[in-house]
Amino acid sequence: MEYVIEMLNIRKEFGNFVANDNITLQLRKGEIHALLGENGAGKSTLMNVLFGLYQPEGGEIRVRGKKVAITDPNVANELGIGMVHQHFMLVENFTVTENIILGNEPTKGGSLNISAAAKKVAELSKQYGLNVDPYAKIEDISVGMQQRVEILKTLYRGAEILIFDEPTASLTPQEIMELITIMRKLIKEGKSIILITHKLQEIMDVSDRVTVIRKGKGIGTVITSESSPEELASLMVGRQVIFKTEKGPAHPTDEVLAVKDLVVTDSRNVEKVKGLNLSVRRGEIVGIAGIDGNGQSELIEAITGLRKTKSGSVSINGKDITNKRPRQVTESGVGHIPQDRHKHGLVLDFPIGYNIALQTYYQKPLSKGGIIDYKAIDRFAEQIIEQYDVRTQGAHEPARALSGGNQQKAIIGREVERDPDLLIAALPTRGLDVGAIEFIHRRLIEQRDSGKAVLLISFELDEVMNVSDRIAVIYDGAIIDTVKPLETDEQELGLLMAGHSRKEAAAMQAEEGDDKHVQ
Amino acid sequence: MTSMSNRMINILVPVISVILGLLVGAIVMVVSGYDPVKGYIALWNGIFGDSYAIGETIRQITPYILAGLAVAFAFRTGLFNIGVEGQLIVGWFAAVYVGAAFDLPKVIHLPLAILAGAAAGALWAFLPGLLKAKMKIHEVIVTIMMNYVALYVVNALIKTWSGGGDKTERIKETASLRSDFLASITDYSRLHYGIILALLMVVLMWFLLEKTTTGFELKAVGFNENASEYAGMKIGKNIILAMVISGAFAGLAGAMEGLGTFGNMYTRGGFTGIGFDGIAVALLGANTPLGVIFGAVLFGSLKYGALNMPNAAQIPEEIVQIVIALVIFFVACGYAIRLLLSKISKKKEAK
Amino acid sequence: MSFLEILYFMAPVSIAYAAPLIFTALGGVFSERSGVVNIALEGLMVMGAFIGILFNLFFYDTFGSWTPWVALIAAMIVSAVFSLLHAVASITFRADQVVSGVAINMLGLAVALFLTKMIFDKGQTDFIKKAIPNFNIPVLQDIPVIGPMLFKGVYGSSILAIVAAFVAWYVIFKTPFGLRLRSVGEHPMAADTMGIHVNRIRYIAVVISGALAGIGGAIYSQTMTRDFGHATINGQGFMALAAMIFGKWHPIGAMGAAIFFGFAQALAVVGPSIPIIKEIPTGYLHALPYILTILALAGFIGKATGPKASGKPYIKGSR
Repeated sequence: MEYVIEMLNIRKEFGNFVANDNITLQLRKGEIHALLGENGAGKSTLMNVLFGLYQPEGGEIRVRGKKVAITDPNVANELGIGMVHQHFMLVENFTVTENIILGNEPTKGGSLNISAAAKKVAELSKQYGLNVDPYAKIEDISVGMQQRVEILKTLYRGAEILIFDEPTASLTPQEIMELITIMRKLIKEGKSIILITHKLQEIMDVSDRVTVIRKGKGIGTVITSESSPEELASLMVGRQVIFKTEKGPAHPTDEVLAVKDLVVTDSRNVEKVKGLNLSVRRGEIVGIAGIDGNGQSELIEAITGLRKTKSGSVSINGKDITNKRPRQVTESGVGHIPQDRHKHGLVLDFPIGYNIALQTYYQKPLSKGGIIDYKAIDRFAEQIIEQYDVRTQGAHEPARALSGGNQQKAIIGREVERDPDLLIAALPTRGLDVGAIEFIHRRLIEQRDSGKAVLLISFELDEVMNVSDRIAVIYDGAIIDTVKPLETDEQELGLLMAGHSRKEAAAMQAEEGDDKHVQ
Repeated sequence: MTSMSNRMINILVPVISVILGLLVGAIVMVVSGYDPVKGYIALWNGIFGDSYAIGETIRQITPYILAGLAVAFAFRTGLFNIGVEGQLIVGWFAAVYVGAAFDLPKVIHLPLAILAGAAAGALWAFLPGLLKAKMKIHEVIVTIMMNYVALYVVNALIKTWSGGGDKTERIKETASLRSDFLASITDYSRLHYGIILALLMVVLMWFLLEKTTTGFELKAVGFNENASEYAGMKIGKNIILAMVISGAFAGLAGAMEGLGTFGNMYTRGGFTGIGFDGIAVALLGANTPLGVIFGAVLFGSLKYGALNMPNAAQIPEEIVQIVIALVIFFVACGYAIRLLLSKISKKKEAK
Repeated sequence: MSFLEILYFMAPVSIAYAAPLIFTALGGVFSERSGVVNIALEGLMVMGAFIGILFNLFFYDTFGSWTPWVALIAAMIVSAVFSLLHAVASITFRADQVVSGVAINMLGLAVALFLTKMIFDKGQTDFIKKAIPNFNIPVLQDIPVIGPMLFKGVYGSSILAIVAAFVAWYVIFKTPFGLRLRSVGEHPMAADTMGIHVNRIRYIAVVISGALAGIGGAIYSQTMTRDFGHATINGQGFMALAAMIFGKWHPIGAMGAAIFFGFAQALAVVGPSIPIIKEIPTGYLHALPYILTILALAGFIGKATGPKASGKPYIKGSR
């Protein structure tokens, strides 16, 4: 069998940390080869080695049987290796064409020859069915379109081997389907693909073979059709994984959160929440399902006081909190696990102990008469650290030094410990490994069982399905339907999230197999 | 990193920067045809030569401590106050004005004049704070502009007040920081009580930042506005407060010059330089209150001692300003020094 | 004095004051477009002003009437080399770019004054014999209204500055180098993945900024003060920085803002001979450009956002 890429016994260290330890990956011509591993397992590091962004400490790389040293991305380009990055490597205020030609610009008499380049881009776009406007600015096009620009960048440079790094992370279900079509088309045109992911379903759907890595070590390569999601999961995590979160039925009682006809604009004064109504009761978890950008962030910010509302009202336990300051909202019984823990959740340069006290530092017993009792903060922090299993060297370690999962546990400890009536959890498991995800889901359910109201926002369908008692589907700034997890499936939810009514969704599902009508 | 603790490195970086600065200064002297040994001896004598020099050196250190505190306080709260120079100038003028225009008993007059200086500095810093808080205009550019506005406006005020002259009236005795006692033990130098006030302010800054909820909020906002807002802190209020406190320290530095050293104010062709040197003081002291004292002692001494260099060694006193600039430069390049130190300590380990 | 006469009087002075600001602000555009904050412009200008005067004094016998122009080249080279300090600190050693800039500003002034005292044994240099000449442009000067305003008593350096602004625009927006320059200032990692050497581009940009600020400084000293002392530049570099921000990091915008600030400075100089303005004490007029800058920042442009990666050193492998 002919291999186009062989990465043999690769080792990559960062200081004392070994990110890749003896990993081997062999890519056959014309296959889609998945690289599976948890967050932090070393997938991206391995690919950055292949792409020349990092130099390995050990092992060798062969391209089409010949040993090579990939010293920088230019070398990778020349070898026909192209990378579609997870965090798009696009200059936002450049046009599509400018992004594509960057570093390899055609010129005419010393000037940039944009029109010639744009023509070539349009041709490539047509050949692979990408449908990209060469003159559009990146900041004006959708995430899915941006990804296609990334693909075009590699094709423009004549890449034969494409690396896709977590390509579906920020795509809508429809965009994922389109991406799969594009990948198949690429294979048909003679390209080979490495697909980096931690999502098992994708692997089952598109890949030919899977190489699994765990905690920086190569575990092995299996043929997809001879494996199963369960087997892959246990290879990835190193133990059996329970897919369903166990929980009893909900017993909702009084209404805690009531949102009425809420209208919120974003920072550019565009209406993002358009007359939204929502209710969450004690003893239930309401999941908000929706595609990123349909008003979720603005909704949460409006409830928690971080953003002014235009009209409508928000109340907690019957008390109006519309347009109250964040602190007043917090003190009326709201706990908030923010969507972006580095931006909103933590002061990364503060010790983790200060962060645990971030909501209560001004109250007794942590301070008195404006003077802080740092010993009391330490005691409080250590108690949370222990209770919530935050792995850290102690309350004085900077928050920055903790892993994502442990940072999140500290935030959850901080918010839950204040005993709020409503707990808002926005993307609480984003970027975390399976163990931390399980921990967090259990805590949310615990809160529900102790009679708290829980509002969960997530872009992950399986999370919403597993954890919520009711699912409110948000589309274009409004809740367009509310369904019970047991009475729906991922396909129907996907269609609702795309703005279809339940009736339309049912009709579409009946019309089986014809994906193209979606949109 | 194991054999050398972080704390050790944090202390070594400024020390090495100072040594490098003096070393490069020596090289500059050699290249320019001067004798660096003679130069540094003249510098030393300028600082410690006799009791008068020591008194004057301490006198010079006083505004350096306050200017250093101003810069350091802003840095600790995530702001870069390059406007200390201008705040110092308006503080100086305000203190002299109150000191000269009123007749009051000393217990009221002196504190009032000092407060006037602090208030003027605070006011001068309030505007950049406000613009930053409300319109997100970067404080660096506004404070730079405010420096020039302060310089020219105060010059114009002095002219107006003195009826076209180039200096103000002298302050009344009741507003003076001068001390016969301090002068007599330092051979009639201009050493004044300001040094005590400066040290008290060091304690105040430490207390504010390390002990109070206000300090907690100021630091949190400085590190991460979004998270602070999420945690219920008022971002705008904290930014303005931080600038105002920083400006008050700077205004006090000016008051020291007005009420202690000079007793009046002259029109100026350019800046005092104390405000910019305050950046060096703060950086060298790692923006801690105690560190500021060390930084101020070093730079205040260098600055005063330099005045002895043209006479004793025929070297232009600007050489010291070169050294100070180099020290800032090397402290800023701390990353390179750290890298070097960790390489050295690794080599030692290998042996 | 009629309004038109005031204009005839003010316009050439404004443009003369604008020329050094234009060059220096263009330098700022290059540096900041590449992601390196450059408040060192002041110090680089000081260096240029000093070298310009020094060269002019020493080589007048060699170059005769060409002296001021050759002096511009000398100042350009020295300031470009001097700016390498800022480049090394902020690009390679990951220093805080504002702090490094402050150090360069102090160092520039201190070195220039040290050398002045060493060479001239006093606080300022001698006066130069040959300043940058101004002349009337034939034909164009006869155009009614515009002629006397723009084409009479024009400094060659002013024409050069305006040409430089358009050249800078072409380089930044129409050439591969410009595309790369802008990309490393917006998203250095993206540029890196496209095989662009981020730090190399940034070094080039900072050195260009040093060269342009050097020219700016030498124009100022050879047209305005004609000697060099501690107060020669006194904030011109910072005003250029403000012009760059006011011009939204765009060469033509920076030029426009520089002309505006040139006008504000001209007001302080010729103000005492203009009827209404005469009443205002000159001290306040001197503060005017700076007050206008703050007002401009606060009022007219609102949020000024520079290149995204501005001020951040690029560290490979960090996100």
